[in-house]
Amino acid sequence: MEWEVVIGLEIHAQLATRTKIFSGSATAYGAPPNTQANLVDLGYPGVLPVLNAEAVRMAVKFGLAVGASIAHRSVFARKNYFYPDLPKGYQISQFELPVVSGGTLSIMLEDGSTKTIGITRAHLEEDAGKSLHEGLASATGIDLNRAGTPLLEIVSEPDMRSAKEAVAYMKKMHTLVRYLEICDGNMQEGSFRCDANVSVRPKGQEKFGTRAELKNINSFRFVEKAIHYEVARQIDLIESGGKVVQETRLYDSDKGETRSMRSKEEANDYRYFPDPDLLPLEIEPAFIESVRDTLPELPDAKAARFAADYGLSAYDSGVLASSRELAAFFEEVVAAAGAANAKPAANWIMGDFSASLNRDALDLAAAPVSSAALAGLLHRIADNTISGKMAKDVFEIMWSEGSGADAVIQARGLTQITDTGAIEKAIDECMAANPKQLADYRAGKDKLFGFFVGQVMKATQGKANPAQLNELLKKKLG
Amino acid sequence: MSLTRQDVDKIAHLARLQVTEQEMPVYVKSLSAIVDFVAELARVDTQDIAPMAHPLVGQHQRLRPDEITESDRHEQYQRNAPRVQAALYVVPRVIE
Amino acid sequence: MHTLSIGELAQKLAAKQISSLELTDHFLERLSRLNPALNAVITPTVDLARAQAAAADRRRSAGESGPLLGIPLIHKDIFCTEGVRTSCGSRMLDNFVSPYDATVVSRLRCAGAVMLGKSNMDEFAMGSSNETSYYGPVKNPWDLTKVPGGSSGGSAAALAAGLAAFATGTDTGGSIRQPAALTGVVGFKPTYGRVSRYGMIAFASSLDQAGTFTRSAQDAAIVLQAMAGFDPKDSTSVDRPVPDYQGLLGAPLKGLKIGLLQEFFEGLDERNGALIHAALAEFRKLGATTCEVSLPNLPLSVPTYYVVAPAECSSNLSRFDGVRFGYRCEDPKDLMDLYKRSRGEGFGAEVKRRIMTGTYVLSAGYYDAYYLKAQKIRQLITDDFRRAFESVDMLIGPTTPTPAFAIGAKVDDPITMYLNDIYTIGANLAGLPAVSLPCGFVDSLPMGLQLVGPHFAEDSLLNAAHGYQQVTDWHRRTPAGYA
Repeated sequence: MEWEVVIGLEIHAQLATRTKIFSGSATAYGAPPNTQANLVDLGYPGVLPVLNAEAVRMAVKFGLAVGASIAHRSVFARKNYFYPDLPKGYQISQFELPVVSGGTLSIMLEDGSTKTIGITRAHLEEDAGKSLHEGLASATGIDLNRAGTPLLEIVSEPDMRSAKEAVAYMKKMHTLVRYLEICDGNMQEGSFRCDANVSVRPKGQEKFGTRAELKNINSFRFVEKAIHYEVARQIDLIESGGKVVQETRLYDSDKGETRSMRSKEEANDYRYFPDPDLLPLEIEPAFIESVRDTLPELPDAKAARFAADYGLSAYDSGVLASSRELAAFFEEVVAAAGAANAKPAANWIMGDFSASLNRDALDLAAAPVSSAALAGLLHRIADNTISGKMAKDVFEIMWSEGSGADAVIQARGLTQITDTGAIEKAIDECMAANPKQLADYRAGKDKLFGFFVGQVMKATQGKANPAQLNELLKKKLG
Repeated sequence: MSLTRQDVDKIAHLARLQVTEQEMPVYVKSLSAIVDFVAELARVDTQDIAPMAHPLVGQHQRLRPDEITESDRHEQYQRNAPRVQAALYVVPRVIE
Repeated sequence: MHTLSIGELAQKLAAKQISSLELTDHFLERLSRLNPALNAVITPTVDLARAQAAAADRRRSAGESGPLLGIPLIHKDIFCTEGVRTSCGSRMLDNFVSPYDATVVSRLRCAGAVMLGKSNMDEFAMGSSNETSYYGPVKNPWDLTKVPGGSSGGSAAALAAGLAAFATGTDTGGSIRQPAALTGVVGFKPTYGRVSRYGMIAFASSLDQAGTFTRSAQDAAIVLQAMAGFDPKDSTSVDRPVPDYQGLLGAPLKGLKIGLLQEFFEGLDERNGALIHAALAEFRKLGATTCEVSLPNLPLSVPTYYVVAPAECSSNLSRFDGVRFGYRCEDPKDLMDLYKRSRGEGFGAEVKRRIMTGTYVLSAGYYDAYYLKAQKIRQLITDDFRRAFESVDMLIGPTTPTPAFAIGAKVDDPITMYLNDIYTIGANLAGLPAVSLPCGFVDSLPMGLQLVGPHFAEDSLLNAAHGYQQVTDWHRRTPAGYA
C-alpha cells in the first residue's frame, strides 16, 4: 500500500523580552540555578501574575507578519497538571481565545515550487523550568530560571506531507522570527523548538490517521530524523496488523528513535479554565497599526525584490534573504559596488565569504572582511585590475589580515598584466622554451593549450589577464 | 451515590491526593452529596447567557513594562524548601 | 481601653495620654491571658509588636500623625507576613515563613498599625465555623461552646474578646460577614478589586476579597482607607481613586432607598426576622425609604458557589506540592508518592473535599455541565443584583440564618455547613461590597444584619451603617468576661 504522511508542527519560540511574561525576573540564558526565579516564577503562595507588554507586542508583530488576525479580546487560561518543573501546578496559556489566529507561511519545495502552510493559531504562554539529573543520586534537581519565560506557541495546520516539508517550514519560521526580532532562534539553548504531530494514512484516504506527538525537538536535523523514524514505525505497525495509539513520544537523539513518554502515559485531563488572576487581554486597532509600522521587509518580499532588482535567481535571492543580517550585508555591498556588481556580490557572499565564515565559525558581524572591503574587491575585478582567480587569493589575504583589496594588491604587486605586448612577449618566450610541446600541440594535441596557459601564468606570476592571454595564445599557437 | 469509588479514585489521582481506605467511604458519600446538591443548576435555563469568569465587567488586563525589577534572592527563598542541593530543588528521580 | 474604637484610641495616642507601646502591652497581656481559652490567635508576634509600637511612638514624636499610627491589630493568617510564619491554618504551611509582605500588610504597617499576631482560620479559608483549622477550633467569646463562624473566625473572636483594636479578614463566600455577625462585630467586605489580593493566599481568586473587622462602621472607614487602593502587583486590582470614607460619614440618610431582600426572609427564624425589621424601622426613622426587592436567581447562589469556588481552589492549591515550600511527606518512594502523600497528609479533610469537587467539575466531560453552567448562572445572579440597584441604593437582609451553633454540630454534613453562607455568597459572586452590623440577640447570641451595595458603593454603605450605629448600641455590647 502507498502511504501518505501528514505532519503538523507546534513551534515554541521563546520571545526575546528582557523579563518573564508574568514577572520582572530576567530571562538571560545560562544564569546559575534559580537565581532568576522570583516569587511569581516559584509559584509562592499569594503572588499574582502581571502581563509583560513586550510579549504582547511581539505576538502581535508575529501575527501581522503571517497575515493572521489579531484577537481584539483574548483570554489566558490555566492548563492544570503536576510536574516538578511546573511550579504552580498549572501553566498559564491561552486556550479558547488565542491572541493570533489564522495565518499562512509559504515554503519552497525541492522542485522550486512553493507551498502554503496554514497557521491555525499562535498563543502566549509561560515556559516551564528544567529538570536536571546529573550529579544527583537517584534524584532530580529543578532549576526554575526558565520558568515563566514567554513563549509564543505557533500551531500549524496538518499541511505538511513529508519530513522535508516540515524542515522547510521550521526553517522558514526560524528565519521569520529572527527577522521580526521577537526570538533569538538559538536552538541549542532551546529558544526555538518544536513538537511534531505525525500520522500516516493510505494515499487517497481523506480521514487522518491516529497521530503521535513527538515532543521537544530542538534541531532541524532531529525533526527530519524523528519524523522519518516515526513514519516508518507507524507504517510497520499498521502493516503488521497493529494500531497506532494517540500518545506523546520523545525523540531520543542518541538512539535515533522515538519512544513513548512514561511520564505522560496517563490520559491528560488538563482541566483548562480561564485564569481568574488575569483579565481578558484587549488589543486596540490603533495598537495593532502602531506595531504594523514597525514590521521590517519580510523574507519573501525581500527575496522577490532581490530577484527583480538585481536579476538574481530565485534560489540565490532566497538564500540571501534567509537571514536579515546576510541580506543587509548583501545590500551594503551592492550599494558600495554598484548594482552592476550585484550578481558577483551575491556569488562572493554565498561562496568564498560564507565558506570562510563557516570555516572559522564566525558570525557575520565578526567577519574580518567588511561589506565595503568586499565591494572594493569587486571593483578591482570589474576594472580588470585583478582577475577572478587572483581575486580569490586577494580575498584570502584580506580575510586573514583584515586589510582592503587595494592594499593587498599594491603590497604584493598583484596588478594584472593587460598590456598586449607584455603578454605576447611572455608567450613567445614560453613557445621558444617548449619546442616539443609546441610541435605536439600543432600536431593536434589540443589539450596542451592548458599547458601553455599555465606556463605563461607561471612566468607572469599569475598576473596575465586570463581573457587576453587566451585570445593571444590562440592566435600565436595557430 | 452519584459517584463511585472508582470516580473518587480517579479524581484523587488527578488532584494528586492520597485517600486512605478509611477516608474513601467518607469522600464517596460527601462528594456524591455535593454533586447532587449542585446538580440543581442543570435545571436552570441559561440559553444565550455568556459565562461570567470575572466579577468586574469592562475591566481588561493591564500590561507591565518589560523592565527587570527582581534580583537574586534564591538563598532566602530556598529556606522554605524541603530539600535543596547545589541551589536546585530536589525531588525523587523523574523518569520521562 | 480594649473596648474603645480606633477613633477614641487615636485621640488618646495623639493627646499622649498613652503610648503605642503601652497600648500594645495592654493588648498583649490580654492576648496571653485570654487567648488560650479562645484559640483565636495562632502566632502571637510579641517582640515584633513591641518593636513596631516603639517605632510608631518614635514616628509620633517626630511629628507624624495618622488615624492608625500605633493602633494594634491582628492579621488573619492568610496574609503573608515577611519573616513570620504564614500557615493559612494548614499543616501544609505549618513551617512556612513568608519572605514577603502582602500588600494589605505593608499598607497597614506604613499607616503605623502594630501587628500583635496572626489569627486562626479555617484551613485555606475553607469553612464556615473555624473548625477546619489545623490548629484546632476557635471558640466564640459569647459562648465558648459555640463556633465563632468562619473562615476568619480567629480575627472575629479576637476582636470580640478585645484582643486587638481591629483585625483583618478575607471574604470569599461570607468569611468576614458571617463570623462578624456571630461574634457581634462589624465585618466589611469591599468591592472585588478595591483591596489588593497580592500576598493573600488564594482560595478562589475571582471571589476572594480582603476586608475588615472593627467595632464600628467608622472604624471600618478608617481601616479601609488605609487598605484600599490600586496595586500594580495585582492584575485584578482596580485603578480608581479611593474616596475619603471617613470624611463622607454623617451624611443624612434622608432619601436613601433600601431594598428588603425577599429571598432572604423565606424560612428565616421569626426572631431573626424581627431584628431585621426593627433595624429597618430605625433606618426609616433616619429618613430612608424601604421596599421589597426580589432577586429570583439568588437561591441558586450556594450551588453556583460550590462549583466556582472549588474549581478555582483545586487549581490554586496545586502549588502546594512539597517541592519548593511547605510540607513534604517522609521518605517519598517516587515522585507520585511525594505528591500524593505530601498533599494527602498536608491538607485537611475539607480542603481535600473541595479540591476534589473542583477537580471533578473541571474535568473532561463535566466542565460544561458544571463549571460553565455555574459561570452562566453567576451571570444571571449578577444581573439580578444590577437590576435591583436600578431601583434601590442598597439591599438589606440578615447575615446568617441562625446565631452561632455548637462546635461539632455540623462538621459531618458539608451541605448543611455550606448553607450557612446562603445570605452572604451572592455578594461574592457579583463582586459587590457588603457589610455585616450587629443588630440584636437571639438566644443571648449576637446576630447581624447585612447591607449590600452596588460596585464601589463602600462610601454609602459605610455612611448608612454609621447612621444606624448613631441611633443603636448593638455594636457596643461586649461578651461577659471580656468587658
